[in-house]
Order: sequence, then structure tokens, then C-alpha cells
Amino acid sequence: MAQSGEADQPSLIGSAGDSLREAFGRALVRLGEERTDFVVFDADVAGGTGTHHFRKAHPDRFYQFGIAEQNMMAAAGGFAATGVPVFVTTFAVFMLRALEQVRLSVAYSKRNVKIVASHPGLDVGPDGASAQCLEDLAVFRAMPGMVVVSPADSLEAELATAAILDYEGPVYMRTGRSPCPRVLPPDYRFKLGRGVVLRDGSDVTVIACGVEVARALAAAEQLAATQISVRVVNLSTLKPLDEELVVRCARETGAIVTAEDHNVLGGLGGAVSECLARFRPCPVEFVGVADRFGESGEPEELAEKFGLTAPHIAAAALRVVERKRKG
Amino acid sequence: MRTLEDMALFAIRARRLSLAAIHAAASGHPGGVLSAIDIMTVVFQRHLRFDAANPHWEDRDRFVLSKGHAAPALYAVAALAGMYPPTELRGLRKLGHPLQGHPHVGTTPWVEASTGSLGQGFSAGVGMALGLKHVRRNARVYVLLGDGEMQEGQVWEALMCGAHHGTDNLCAILDYNKLQSDDRNENIMALEPLADKIRSFGWQVQEVDGHDLAAIDSALAIAAQRRQSPSFMIAHTIKGKGVPFMEGRPEWHGSVKLRDEDLDRALTALDVGAADVQRYMDGSIWGS
Repeated sequence: MAQSGEADQPSLIGSAGDSLREAFGRALVRLGEERTDFVVFDADVAGGTGTHHFRKAHPDRFYQFGIAEQNMMAAAGGFAATGVPVFVTTFAVFMLRALEQVRLSVAYSKRNVKIVASHPGLDVGPDGASAQCLEDLAVFRAMPGMVVVSPADSLEAELATAAILDYEGPVYMRTGRSPCPRVLPPDYRFKLGRGVVLRDGSDVTVIACGVEVARALAAAEQLAATQISVRVVNLSTLKPLDEELVVRCARETGAIVTAEDHNVLGGLGGAVSECLARFRPCPVEFVGVADRFGESGEPEELAEKFGLTAPHIAAAALRVVERKRKG
Repeated sequence: MRTLEDMALFAIRARRLSLAAIHAAASGHPGGVLSAIDIMTVVFQRHLRFDAANPHWEDRDRFVLSKGHAAPALYAVAALAGMYPPTELRGLRKLGHPLQGHPHVGTTPWVEASTGSLGQGFSAGVGMALGLKHVRRNARVYVLLGDGEMQEGQVWEALMCGAHHGTDNLCAILDYNKLQSDDRNENIMALEPLADKIRSFGWQVQEVDGHDLAAIDSALAIAAQRRQSPSFMIAHTIKGKGVPFMEGRPEWHGSVKLRDEDLDRALTALDVGAADVQRYMDGSIWGS
């Protein structure tokens, strides 16, 4: 009989590669060496969220709560009250299960809790609609005092992990399941609450977050061939919103497209539109999931079916430029 | 050390004060306030280590009122224990005042957890107990739950969690008055056999008369000595205890308005003379 060895181990989907959850898990390990104060909570999905790296490196600072998210979330509030920052981790949909605990025991109580959710959006893929969280950015944005972050690539996920730990107060951050292309330069500096222009342009601005940033850059490249000049902004902090940048983009390009792997209601598109309605109204088009649930499929297939690809963003950009021209 | 006589006097004063505050606020939950006061009196007077002048003292014990609707009981007990001036009770439930309808850490620094959504205070207490062990502070956590609260799934998550992690610095106390908002527990969603259930989850369970100050005191002392597993004290109580016309009556669960004549009758039952009833009624006694 063969010895039990690595060959007998199942291959974990997405456990390697340049995914945001991997970047988050590795950032936790590194931060755990730099800072001795914080702990990590898990609800039996450490291998999925990336926190298994932290468990291995810092076992005495890793707390297992089992598949019981409501208790985990309120306990995070209590634990943080003893002066210890807490990272609460599970999949994005299961964070929704503990929303009321987030509200009372974390947000209202202003606890130093970092809620970090993997598996957001259609990027989850074959597990289907029950696992594809398309509502988190909207509901977490509605929590008073909650900072909301959705990094664009593994580098930003790593930098944002450090930044939200340095920030004192409740934060919600999305990571991501699938390997994701790098979109930010190696010398990129993440600043909480600040968006960045990744590509300049004058006809229209695409404001994106998460996996849509890479698609927005591809759309801009496509449109450059048709003489449409597209500015691309990575707006990874949805709250507090970089209003100055959003208003400047509206003023300078006069047309906005928002792009997110999320319901078109209440997320990045909502945040940007609220800002524009108050300070600088202009035509806006929304790329996102049109108030529907997803389904099983590979992430790229789902992006195609539900309208999240670079050509979808390019089409939205053309529509909004046309609206601008018509006045 | 406070004597039993001291505590009995403290408890009756807390009953008077909390009812007067509910009367002044024109809404509140008197039944579950009165059932909880003897328990909270013993916790605050004999077991909880705190520094009223320094509510954030890091080695303090923590008390969490998970049945947050009994806030006036916590407010009265805390005021009498010197945590803040009793005159602030005039602002209970009023706009711009710190004493919220349910306890809140943001406006009252001596409150340990914002509560009012059942089950959450218990989990927060488990988290505090874990956190205190993590930072190696020799402090204890007390959590007071209501019986209707035991129907929340989160409570059973917390029971599993506390036992699994061996939070022996945690003592949960159930104010078991058998009545919840609408009716008796057994008619809404039966809880029994409760002691067996909680024991089977891995907790050290004691049952006491929740109005016998000496019995509560002994049980808390035993709980403090337990090692490896957390403690759960089932305190059998009477809703509305101390005010005969409220005792055992679910309609006084609340949220109800105490009319002048209700407060008058209640205070009279709590041995307040006619002259002082008026002083409770207008709030002038609270500063003294």
C-alpha cells in the first residue's frame, strides 16, 4: 500500500495563485510578525479565506468559532473591547448572516473590528447564486461609521490589509476568490479613502472597484482604437468616498461609468451617483449585476452572461459619451 | 464587605429608582427590571471588581446586560454603586441624554456592551472572556440573560463557543421569570429541560432562587472558583418582583407607560412613605 503523501491530498481550488484572498492571508502572516496585538477569527473556512496561513504562523492568535457567524461577529465586538484588534473572516454571503450583529455589536459600538470577506460577487463561480454575494457593498455601506474597501488586485489587497489594521474602527473589506491580474504598479501606495487614476482620459471616466478594474483598463484600451479617450479610476474605498476625485472626474470628462461585481443598486454605482447628484450631476451608466441573482458557471462565463466584461464596460462608455454629446 | 442587610436595602432602593425612572421616561419594561434587580445587586455589591472613578480600568470585571430591555435596572444599580450621578436618570430615554432606552457603550462609558437585540450581549461576553484570557488579565465577565432570549439561536452558538474555548472566567446568569413579551415561555417556545440542555453543552450549571441574596451570593462564589468550563446560573425569579400588582403578569413586560397612580402604588408597596412618593414622582429625590 502506498504511503500517504502529497499525492493523496486533494487539490484545493484557488488556494494558490495571485488571488486577493491569498494576498490577504499572506499579509496577515507578515503583519502578525510586525504587530503582536491583533487576532483572527474564522468560521471553519480558513482554507477559503486565506487565514490558514495565519493559523499556521500564529496559532495562538487564531480563534476558531465554528459555523456560527452570529456568535463570531458579536464575540469579535466583545474581544475587541479588551483592546485587541480583531479580523473576522468568512465568505461574503455568510457575513450577511451576521449583519445585525455587525450593526449592534460592531458598528454602533464602534469596535476595532476588521470584517474581511472572501468570495464576493460572480467571481465565486461554480458554487452558484447561494454563494455569490452581490449585496455586501450596499448593506455594509449603509452601516453608520463603517469603512468599506474593495481592493483591485493582490498588491492592493495586501496594502489595504495593513492600512485597515492601522485604522482604528470598524471596517468591511472584500477580497476575492479567483486569481486576478495585477493592475497596480509595484510602487503603488494605498491610502484609505483615496481613489487613484490608473489611466488618464478626457471623454469619459470609468470608476471601478475589485475585479472590474482590470476589465475597465481593457475597455479603455479597446476604446482608444476608436478615438474615445477613457480615464480609469480605481476607487477601492467606497466609504468614505473620495468625493473630490469623483467630482473632478465629472468636471473634467463630463461622463461617468461605474463598474463593480455587485448588484447595480447601492454599491459603487450608488456611492458615486449620490456624490454626483449632490455636487456635479452628469450622465452615468452602471456596469454591474442588474438586480438579479447569479448562477453556476466559471467566473468569466458569468461575467459574459451578466454583463461585467471589458466589452460591456466599453459599450457603457459609448452610451454615456453619446448621452453627454446630446446634452 | 456589604452585608445581606446592606444588599437588601440597596435592592429596594434600586427598585424604587428604576420604576421612578421608567415613570419619568413614560415608557419602559418594569416587569423584567424588577425580576433582575436582586441578581444585579449581588453582582455589583459583592462580586464585580470595578473602579467607579475609572470605568475603563483594564483589570475590571465586566458586566453585560444581554437582556438590554432591563436597562433601567442596570442604570439604577450602577447609579447607586457610584458609576454616575443618579440625577442623570431624569434623562432616561430622552433626546440628547446619555441613558438610552437600551444600554449603549457610546454614551455611557461604564456600560460594557451595547445591547437590546437578544443574544448579542451573551456572545459579546464570550468574546470579552476570550479576550481577557488572551491578554492575560485576571478579570471575570458576568452576563445577564432573559429567558425569552434563550430562544435565540445565537445563544446556543455562544453556549457551544464558551464551552469549547473553556471560558472559565465567564459566568452567565439567567433571569428565569418564566414570562416573555406575550405569554409564558412554555406557550411561546418551550425551554425545558433547560438545566439539562445547558449542562449538556458543557457548562457548570447551578440553580438558585433569584431573589435569595445569600443564595445568589454563594452561587456566584462557587462559579468564580470553577476551572476549565464556564458557569451558568439559572436564577428562578418572579417577573415584577416586589410590586404585587405586577408580579407574574406578562402585561407589565412592556414597553408600558407607568401612570402616576401606578408609580404611587408601586412605591407604596416598596415601603415609600407618602411624602417621598411625591419626591420620586418629581425626581427631586434622585439627587440625594
